[in-house]
Amino acid sequence: MTTLFYTEHANGQLNDQSLKAISGAKEFGDELHILIAGSNIDEAVNQASKIEGVSKVIHLDNSEFDNILAEKLTSAIFDISSDYNFFASAATTTGKNVMPRLAAKLDVSQISEIIGVESPDTFIRTIYAGNAIATVQSSDIKKVLTIRPTAFQMSVGGNTSCEVEKISPENIPSVSEFVKEELTKSDRPELTSAKIIVSGGRGMQNGENFKLLDKVAAKLNAAVGASRAAVDAGFVPNDYQVGQTGKVVAPELYIAVGISGAIQHLAGMKDSKVIVAINKDEEAPIFDVADYGLVADLFQVLPELEEAL
Amino acid sequence: MKILVPVKRVIDPYVNIRVKSDQTGVETDNVKMSMNPFCEIAVEEAIRLKEAGKAEEIIAISIGDQKCQETIRTALAMGADRGIHVLTEEVLEPLALAKILAKIYEEEKPGLVVMGKQAIDGDNNQTGQMFAALTDLPQGTFASKIDIEGEQALVTREVDGGLQTIKINMPAVVTTDLRLNEPRYASLPNIMKAKKKPIDQKAPEDFGVDVSPRLKVLKVVEPPKRQAGIKVDSVSELVEKLKNEAGVI
Ligand SMILES: Cc1cc2nc3c(=O)[nH]c(=O)nc-3n(C[C@H](O)[C@H](O)[C@H](O)COP(=O)(O)OP(=O)(O)OC[C@H]3O[C@@H](n4cnc5c(N)ncnc54)[C@H](O)[C@@H]3O)c2cc1C
Ligand SMILES: Nc1ncnc2c1ncn2[C@@H]1O[C@H](COP(=O)(O)O)[C@@H](O)[C@H]1O
Repeated sequence: MTTLFYTEHANGQLNDQSLKAISGAKEFGDELHILIAGSNIDEAVNQASKIEGVSKVIHLDNSEFDNILAEKLTSAIFDISSDYNFFASAATTTGKNVMPRLAAKLDVSQISEIIGVESPDTFIRTIYAGNAIATVQSSDIKKVLTIRPTAFQMSVGGNTSCEVEKISPENIPSVSEFVKEELTKSDRPELTSAKIIVSGGRGMQNGENFKLLDKVAAKLNAAVGASRAAVDAGFVPNDYQVGQTGKVVAPELYIAVGISGAIQHLAGMKDSKVIVAINKDEEAPIFDVADYGLVADLFQVLPELEEAL
Repeated sequence: MKILVPVKRVIDPYVNIRVKSDQTGVETDNVKMSMNPFCEIAVEEAIRLKEAGKAEEIIAISIGDQKCQETIRTALAMGADRGIHVLTEEVLEPLALAKILAKIYEEEKPGLVVMGKQAIDGDNNQTGQMFAALTDLPQGTFASKIDIEGEQALVTREVDGGLQTIKINMPAVVTTDLRLNEPRYASLPNIMKAKKKPIDQKAPEDFGVDVSPRLKVLKVVEPPKRQAGIKVDSVSELVEKLKNEAGVI
């Protein structure tokens, strides 16, 4: 029973979300191989080869994979699929884009965003924005899964490296083409890796006011997140969105500022260790999940908070 | 060009979900149902392409029980031209849905298939990608912008780090993200007109594909409840608690 885990990387580093999801993938079979794709990525390949519990790294060494397109990557994974029983990745936008396409090519159902492994054929996942938890058993011989990173611990690296096999697939489909990427630049830590997150909602009123959050975040070395309403209104970029259909986070501390606490938002943050809510409406549902609530005007609170930290 | 838009009927996003006490699923009796919000965005985008002269016909498809007719009617009232209802009492998995949709694709030969990125009940986020695999079409998932340029589509995608733009050959599959557009409400005259638009009724058997389930739901339970904590009176109290009680800063 061998698992192939597709890991993401950037700037010579494996992606934290992948490193967490790998811990979930370790629970499937007896052997775990890592697939990594791209050219000139020795550093990341080396890091992958040292992860504890990984017995082989497969490096798709080809510049066609410097930007991941689902058509190309699924075709390459499909070519080597006969060697594997499990296929998995983190439930990132890349994982969500690629894995279902692979599953259909293999004629198997995918199990999305698992948060637990009960046995090699039975998995736990949330449905209805986290309002219900389902235990699902798969009868497919090969299994394709995406793994919710927040449910698992970061994998650690050892000193010894495992075998690395370089492969370069032929017949890479060319029906799609990468054009450009506009990545959000920020001095703050990445949302899904940060230990502390300060999030703003519609109550922030405009993008300019997010500077008030930035200042508090800077004091706490925190990431900045947002509700859908704040993103839709254009206060902040799309990748700030926390929630059912945005990012799922579970930091040590989540501070929700001017966010009402709709179920779709809670779906993305209610597993945070400590939740603070700052809202002027004492009836706001966010207070039902907050460990510490402060009923006050955020425009008064944020400067005071920055001062006090 | 024809556009296919698969639409799903789901529990309304603003309804409180109740898990059944026998752990078999979620209560759906007497619960308000709606078109999946991402599917509304898909219908809207198709209509805008038609209004821009890039498409001639929009076909809304729903797979599920008799009530899915209402969901198709909603799409028709927004501006879709005709519907296909695949009637089944079973809740099909995305793989089975994708197989049926692939057969409809072969029959209809559309230039574009627009669907939601995710149904907000099962939170699967699979059907579009699976359909693209089975039809061997390129996919532009989580789209916040679509520009059709001749035989290709330029799709801006919402990704974890920001935005990504890809160019894909048409025919293609696009799945919608929240920022693609704001769906319109159907006007009363259009709701009336929609009643006369045709809906073709089919059954999964008509397509000759294997829709048998691969997954068995062993149980569905409520998530652990988070206890509400305390209210603090001031910023200084908050900071003190976070330092000394919670130990998180
Ligand atoms: C299909 C679908 C998917 C969705 N996905 C997501 C998702 O992934 N993430 C997400 O967040 N939402 C999502 N939503 C939206 C969700 O339902 C809510 O609409 C959204 O979370 C509300 O954002 P908000 O709390 O910022 O705004 P509001 O609900 O408008 O709340 C604003 C809050 O700010 C408070 N406030 C205002 N002024 C001040 C002030 N001066 N001081 C203090 N407090 C103040 C108000 O009291 C209020 O509680 C989704 C919805 C749908 C239908
Ligand atoms: N029963 C269905 N009938 C028609 N379309 C569906 C159905 N289920 C899912 N879809 C389509 O697939 C998208 C993604 O759903 P899912 O993969 O279940 O998250 C939805 O937004 C719809 O466009």
